Amino acid sequence: MFVTVTLSLLKGFLGTLKLFSLTLVFALPLGLLLALMEMSKRKLISAPVRFLIWWIRGTPLLLQLLVMYYGPGYIFHNNIWGSGDGGRFAAALAAFVINYSCYFAEIYRGGIQSIPFGQYEAGYVLGLTKNQIFTRIIFLQVIKRIVPPMSNEIITLVKDTSLARVIAVYEIIWNGQSFIKSAGIIWPLFYTGAFYLIFSGLLTMAFSALEKKLDYFR
Amino acid sequence: MAFLDTEHIRKSFGETEVLQDISFHMEQKTVLSIIGSSGSGKTTLLRCLNFLETPDEGIIRLNGEELFNGREQQKFSEAEVRAKRMHFGLVFQDFNLFPQYTAIENVMLAPKLLGTYGDQKAIEENAKRLLADMGLENRMDNYPHQLSGGQKQRVAIARALALSPDILCFDEPTSALDPELTGEVLRVIRELAKQDTTMIIVTHEMEFARDVSDYIIFMDNGHIEEEGTSEEVFYHPRSARTRQFLSSYKDEA
Repeated sequence: MFVTVTLSLLKGFLGTLKLFSLTLVFALPLGLLLALMEMSKRKLISAPVRFLIWWIRGTPLLLQLLVMYYGPGYIFHNNIWGSGDGGRFAAALAAFVINYSCYFAEIYRGGIQSIPFGQYEAGYVLGLTKNQIFTRIIFLQVIKRIVPPMSNEIITLVKDTSLARVIAVYEIIWNGQSFIKSAGIIWPLFYTGAFYLIFSGLLTMAFSALEKKLDYFR
Repeated sequence: MAFLDTEHIRKSFGETEVLQDISFHMEQKTVLSIIGSSGSGKTTLLRCLNFLETPDEGIIRLNGEELFNGREQQKFSEAEVRAKRMHFGLVFQDFNLFPQYTAIENVMLAPKLLGTYGDQKAIEENAKRLLADMGLENRMDNYPHQLSGGQKQRVAIARALALSPDILCFDEPTSALDPELTGEVLRVIRELAKQDTTMIIVTHEMEFARDVSDYIIFMDNGHIEEEGTSEEVFYHPRSARTRQFLSSYKDEA
């Protein structure tokens, strides 16, 4: 039984990993874009982003998942997500990407704003363009500063993926829970915790390795 | 017409007029020092020359080319401002080295990115020569946090020189250094003066300014209170305010 459960949970964990990694792939760059837009001097650009961030951070992710999946069908009488597992996964991914982009944006913004203005001015007097200054001088310093808060947020994401099951997205908790119905046992559900624990342990190690790697400058 | 002409520069921050009608001239291969108490507008003037601030009024002309004219309400593109900046180099009070790059990478970064300073090899050789001139041949591969303040500032000077600016500006280059390290930076600047580098130096080091400068400007409250040769300003000041300012330094010494 233990082997059967473990194999089944591993399969479910692949679903968790897929949602986790795809969220990161999209939300890490999108968060940076939102941060840059939020800091724009043009109100027309910064105001909508600020509103979005307020809105997304001010409501539960659970609710955002439901609205993302059922909203379009309810409002426009058109389920844009299509039917079946693929559609539900796409809706969940969209909700996660938007949610995490907003949190990441605030982390990026904090990091960017913590870089002393003298770094930009040194770039200006050397005749560099704004793009060169950002990509060649500022960005790596920002990365170094945001590794700790980012790792915190990313480890939260590992566990937040379990929320996707409110719109019936297949992941590890879903799998664990199914054993209650099919076999009348609850321990597989508890057992899922071990998977989260090991994975976040690996992530923690990866982040401290990254921190160490960036330790060559101050 | 002088090499650098600035005429009737004015600059306000809100209600405060930081620069009130500043005009001065300097020739190539000379050293101009700007002295004065904190808040007198020295740094702002230097920042205007480097286009880190835009004057409200006035004209800046370099080698006959009009870089700025406040009357014409010009809006320069980013590329135009960068081209104008290239005439000047600026060494900051707090160095502003790039922490993720070694000393030599700091010096090479801009020439490499600008693409008009020859190939990689030429840029590297030039950087090595400049750092050696600064007495840093053994420090080229150190990161800024591994360097003392004086060494950092010398890297910053090499970094500015790597772009061969027409005029190299210093904004209180030793104010962030303790007295022991001040000497090594001042020595390097003296050496540059000997090699006929055109420099504008904002400094609180009076003895140094007196020795190294061809011309001195004493600024007070946003205007030029007195100007003249080193000899004139330091030994025969005409203005009572200048005498008062200089005597405050003598008391200290």
